[in-house]
Amino acid sequence: MIELETTEAGPSRRQFLQGTGAAVTATALTGFAASDTPAAELQPGGGGQVPAVGPGAAKITLNVNGRDVQTSVEPRVTLLDALRNYLDVTGCKRVCDRATCGACTVMLDGKVVYSCTMLAIEAQGKAIRTAESLYNDGKADAIPVAFARTDAQQCGFCTPGFVVAMKAVLEANPQATPAEVERGLQGNICRCGTYEQMRDAIYSLCNTKRV
Amino acid sequence: MKNFAYFRPTTPEQAVALLEARWGNTEMLAGGTDLLTLQKQYIAQPARVVSLNAIGGLKTIAVGERSASIGAGVTLATISSHADLRRLFPALTMAASEIGGPQIRNMGTLGGNLCQRNRCWYFRDEHSPCLLRGGNSCSAIEGENKYHAIFTQNHRCVIASPSTLATGLIALGASAEVLGPQNRRRNVELAKFYTAPVGPNDREHSLAANELVTSVTIPVRGLNSAAYEVRQRQASDWPIVQVAVAFSGGRNGEKATGVRIVLGQVSPTPLLSETAARALEGRPINEANATAAGRAAVEGAKPLGQNGYKIRLVEVAVKRALMLAAGLPRYWEA
Ligand SMILES: Cc1cc2nc3c(=O)[nH]c(=O)nc-3n(C[C@H](O)[C@H](O)[C@H](O)COP(=O)(O)OP(=O)(O)OC[C@H]3O[C@@H](n4cnc5c(N)ncnc54)[C@H](O)[C@@H]3O)c2cc1C
Ligand code: FES
Ligand code: FES
Repeated sequence: MIELETTEAGPSRRQFLQGTGAAVTATALTGFAASDTPAAELQPGGGGQVPAVGPGAAKITLNVNGRDVQTSVEPRVTLLDALRNYLDVTGCKRVCDRATCGACTVMLDGKVVYSCTMLAIEAQGKAIRTAESLYNDGKADAIPVAFARTDAQQCGFCTPGFVVAMKAVLEANPQATPAEVERGLQGNICRCGTYEQMRDAIYSLCNTKRV
Repeated sequence: MKNFAYFRPTTPEQAVALLEARWGNTEMLAGGTDLLTLQKQYIAQPARVVSLNAIGGLKTIAVGERSASIGAGVTLATISSHADLRRLFPALTMAASEIGGPQIRNMGTLGGNLCQRNRCWYFRDEHSPCLLRGGNSCSAIEGENKYHAIFTQNHRCVIASPSTLATGLIALGASAEVLGPQNRRRNVELAKFYTAPVGPNDREHSLAANELVTSVTIPVRGLNSAAYEVRQRQASDWPIVQVAVAFSGGRNGEKATGVRIVLGQVSPTPLLSETAARALEGRPINEANATAAGRAAVEGAKPLGQNGYKIRLVEVAVKRALMLAAGLPRYWEA
């Protein structure tokens, strides 16, 4: 085991801000608002001019389903909780809260992630899409329609996660085969076990006959 | 989760300056797929979190003639779909493509994967006694241990090494580029990167708390390589046993040389099996020789009360990984 000591204590954030009046610059550079609670005391390792955010609530801007929305959260708030509890976007569900079930799946710049296992503050600057984005101008996307037709849900709690994961696969590759769509659902679990009906939905979306 | 102050440095040097010499008060955050869960369970309770996600330099892949370098911040999804890496290092990319589901692969990073904490359920339950959380004994030795180590000699804590990328990278002779305070850089062979932890001030690896993995370098040597894992569930879980192998030659009756066979999920650190390598060195890879290497790999195993079954799994996984790397028929899929 190697023991390394940090000998150089950088200037505290407060000193730095006072000394240079650079609060605005630092914020503009990183795109992150400094928090309401100064955290200079919490900075034993130094770190130069990197501003601390929190532990108090800080303003964040999220781009949710094509719209910029603002709220104020502590750094520990996950993207899932920010969406559901601060922004009232409740399509994404909280089930395991441990990155294993997929009920909280959202797209971030077109790629699926578990919103329960990402900090809201880290989702800034990305295009976030939830199941709500699959309903526009009074019309549902082909995926939820296929789910309804094939009766591919029971309690429905897992469904928003599954449809978002499916949308991500089919958007990236509209020619995806049923096997490829299924691989895209590896990270989602349905406790009611509606997998067979979901397979029917997948085959109909891929215009493939199920044998 | 305990609340914390959040930092978002833009260079590795800034990140290192924010770290502390002791573990615990400050943690680095990459994809968060391990750290956030540990925080929710109060196993990790940092007062400060240093995000590595705004450091552009950690996200590059460079493939040269003699070596390839993969930034610590590169995601598992990028590794598993990268054409050059797939061609050169199947032991790495095969394992990367089997981790979790697409969400984990989109979020999880190489650095986080190599530095992830172990999966022992006593370690991850704040109410169970655990050496690694300051307890006096390891609950797994006499307790529920069906997923724990089977090479338990001299180990007071019997966790199983979790990373399925570490095994392949060790087989391929990779090393980690590490940055510490005062701009100190060092290169650590991954074969020497892991240490068996025994207390709360230890991690599963040998980094100091104020060191950061910036990238992983893999020599380009034209090795044949592969990884094989035995899983209870196809997705969203760690394998029960995993084996990565690499060697020169070995195909079509040619002798295999420089054989490296690495066992995962069977001891507190990934295990480079010298007995298995010796059984194969200088021989062609065929089913009989691969079977013999599998047998040699489990020599000396000392399983716990509930995990003797892993011995047979290791034997078979070694054999199949070797056959995959040698391009032999996958008899088990027939
Ligand atoms: C359902 C599920 C299934 C999984 N299956 C597998 C599997 O089969 N095989 C496997 O290998 N893994 C598996 N994993 C684990 C997964 O691969 C890791 O959680 C992930 O790779 C960690 O990366 P991250 O970027 O999210 O790390 P984080 O959670 O951000 O960090 C993990 C740890 O590494 C440290 N760290 C991160 N980056 C660095 C760095 N650059 N330098 C030093 N320290 C660093 C952090 O401080 C933290 O302690 C699975 C996870 C889940 C949830
Ligand atoms: S709630 Fe996020 S994966 Fe289960
Ligand atoms: S429909 Fe109930 S969990 Fe999937």
